[in-house]
Amino acid sequence: MLAYLTRRLIQSALILLGVSFITFFLLYVLPADPVRQIAGRSATAETVANIRHQLGLDQPFVVQYARYLGGLVQGDMGRSYLQKTEVATLIAARLPATLLLMLGAIVAELVIGLSLGVIAAIRRGGALDQSLMITSFVAVSAPQFVVGLLLLYVFAVKLSWFPIGGYGSFSHLVLPALTLGIMGSGWYSRMMRSSMIDVLRSDYIRTARAKGLKRMRVLALHAMPNAILPIIAMIGIDIGIFMSGIVVVESVFGWPGIGQLAWQAIQRVDIPIIMGVTLVSACAIVLGNLLADMITPFIDPRIKLR
Amino acid sequence: MSLMKTMLATSAMAVSLSLASLAGAQDYQPDPNAKPGGNIIVTYKDDVATLDPAIGYDWQNWSMIKSVFDGLMDYVPGTTELRPGLAESYEISDDGKTFTFHLRKGVKFHNGREMTAEDVKYSLDRVTTPATQSPGAGFFGSIKGYDAMADGSATSLEGVTVVDPYTVQIELSRPDATFLHVMALNFSSVVPKEEVEKYGTDFGKHPVGTGAFKLSDWTIGQQLVLTKNADYWRDGVPYLDQITFEVGQEPIVALLRLQKGEVDVPGDGIPPAKFNEVMGNPDEASHVVVGGQLHTGYITLNVEMAPFDKVEVRQAINMAINKDRIVQMINGRATPATQPLPPSMPGYTKDYAGYAFDPEKAKAMLAEAGYPDGFETELYVMNTDPNPRIAQAIQQDLSSIGVRADIKALAQANVIEAGGTPKTAPMIWSGGMAWIADFPDPSNFYGPILGCAGAVEGGWNWSWYCNKDLDAMAAEADSIVDPAKTDERLKMWSDIYMKVMEDAPWVPVFNENRYTMKSTRMGGADALYVDPVSIPVNYDYVYVTE
Repeated sequence: MLAYLTRRLIQSALILLGVSFITFFLLYVLPADPVRQIAGRSATAETVANIRHQLGLDQPFVVQYARYLGGLVQGDMGRSYLQKTEVATLIAARLPATLLLMLGAIVAELVIGLSLGVIAAIRRGGALDQSLMITSFVAVSAPQFVVGLLLLYVFAVKLSWFPIGGYGSFSHLVLPALTLGIMGSGWYSRMMRSSMIDVLRSDYIRTARAKGLKRMRVLALHAMPNAILPIIAMIGIDIGIFMSGIVVVESVFGWPGIGQLAWQAIQRVDIPIIMGVTLVSACAIVLGNLLADMITPFIDPRIKLR
Repeated sequence: MSLMKTMLATSAMAVSLSLASLAGAQDYQPDPNAKPGGNIIVTYKDDVATLDPAIGYDWQNWSMIKSVFDGLMDYVPGTTELRPGLAESYEISDDGKTFTFHLRKGVKFHNGREMTAEDVKYSLDRVTTPATQSPGAGFFGSIKGYDAMADGSATSLEGVTVVDPYTVQIELSRPDATFLHVMALNFSSVVPKEEVEKYGTDFGKHPVGTGAFKLSDWTIGQQLVLTKNADYWRDGVPYLDQITFEVGQEPIVALLRLQKGEVDVPGDGIPPAKFNEVMGNPDEASHVVVGGQLHTGYITLNVEMAPFDKVEVRQAINMAINKDRIVQMINGRATPATQPLPPSMPGYTKDYAGYAFDPEKAKAMLAEAGYPDGFETELYVMNTDPNPRIAQAIQQDLSSIGVRADIKALAQANVIEAGGTPKTAPMIWSGGMAWIADFPDPSNFYGPILGCAGAVEGGWNWSWYCNKDLDAMAAEADSIVDPAKTDERLKMWSDIYMKVMEDAPWVPVFNENRYTMKSTRMGGADALYVDPVSIPVNYDYVYVTE
């Protein structure tokens, strides 16, 4: 177990190194010059050259990358080109909002996905099952910006049930969390359905029913816990999916998380911020996957980590 | 995370001009209806980058910095007229090279310390030191000793002298008629040394100035709160107790919230998709203030690339573009342009009609120049609406005289890159990147975008037009510092732009208008809501009526 963990951590570090290299390289070859974004239109050639030198952007790629890595190892993610603030400060200020949104999305997708999955499994083959599965297919396929704008229009603008974007209270969280979680709820409903069907077919369920337990009691206490366990392990992987979704969802709802930060930085070619957010997201994805793998043997003792 | 190369309009700092406000009072007459008190909410989509006056250079933080800091010079609210700021008065020597500023006494920074001439000197040294990385350093090029600062061989500007605690003398290396405007730029704001040193690079998040408002809260990604400076040195202002800037709000969301009464000023303006709806509703349109802007949208014709090296071809293109139709395409949010300068800019030539729309004559001129069947070319354009649509209209106009233009719609940064690379972009539509003046003076529309200085790799003179005679005339005009000779100077600038039009390196297409929406409870003259130097509004002078 410990050997496995060590190996996985080393692998994770290598993956992060690879991510940092590829991102840094892509930003380096980008045909947009960050210095011109900083210097603005009225800067003289002299000012432009001076800023380029101060930021070390006149150095060859390898030197720039080595400097960045050197800082990173010491916990220094650099300063934003345009805001001049430390990237770590900017990310730290926004990370809680992103984590809250992801937590909300996990709750939303589990509640919706699991309950729909159970209902579909009980009504297997019926009209309700089929319509639920079609709905889940739509939920999986719908682009997040469409879902987000639809929810915003219907529930915030037309019905005024929720605020139109923003941050601060539970009611602010509902729509963005739903938007981010709706895709996962589609997946979970399908997985829960098949997992439930498997469990319901198993001998111990038949035994429980045979000894005279009530149907609901069997479902709630015997079938569901066993059906849910394999699904819990998936939450770790969700973090990766969420990370790609937050850029869109946070921008649509004006949610002050790191996705919004990344989107603004991309528009302004603010490379240190783009790098920082990319690495933080990559860390979350790597850790999420690791977590998912670590949990599995606890859920299903037949699986051994080696 | 996917990496998108899309770069939307990161508009550089803008100064726009209220059309109505040129005729001039000496100073602002306080509004008798104004009453102090009240909090307002202003929204923006993007984070506020910084409130450091040496760094901030976008249209969002420009007006905030104006309210937190002051410079030696200032503008009469709602106009382009200079008035003294922290300097109570000033004298200019006869040769136009020495400016002596007498400071107001008893002006206090937000930290309670009195502002003195030493602070003025420190602030000018700071903005010109390379380590500060100020995008505005180049504006101070006429101060004696600037070059030594720029190359790092000096740590203090030789030309700036503290005569006594309330007098500062600035010596220039050449006469500069625009110098008082430069002293009114945010980059010239006076900052307290001890606070700058305390926060270092983070001063932009902990600004301390002498301005009408002080920063009281800044929650990154959420809001920024400015609170009234009760000790402000100008009597009676500001009226508002507090301004809350909420960030992260899409313009469309801001508009909906304004309609619900939750927002007072949507900082990003009326979203284009909702423009007709808002302006078509008399009730809502009555809360929109319309003004001019020191903006011109133009097509550059690269004079280094055939066939645009022929003046006849460039003039023919000028006659082929139907500007009225393009203005219609953007819902009439602009006025057709005849020349590089916008109408509200001093030096604008009123009696010049520009090249008339005449495709037949244009075709004949092309034939005369040796292109009876037209030619093929490329039109570069920024890829955000409405620019590609405008490019298509230009393409159609060109095809009517036989010119086949291939549209290259690219991200903003890529168009800027192509424009600044020699012999790359034959034609560029400037939309989304067009020139907006830094200060209301005709010289600001020449040097970087039409003069030889800008026709360099990485420059902004995308037509690569370089006329040494005009450069000499421009230098001569800007050496006329005597205020009594202002008319003579403006006439010279008018002549320069008329000569530019003869050579036709540009097709001036339109001058954009500005539309500021406000809630029903906002009070104050309309000019304050289209203030030339404070976008969206002049925070120091507006008030709430309830």
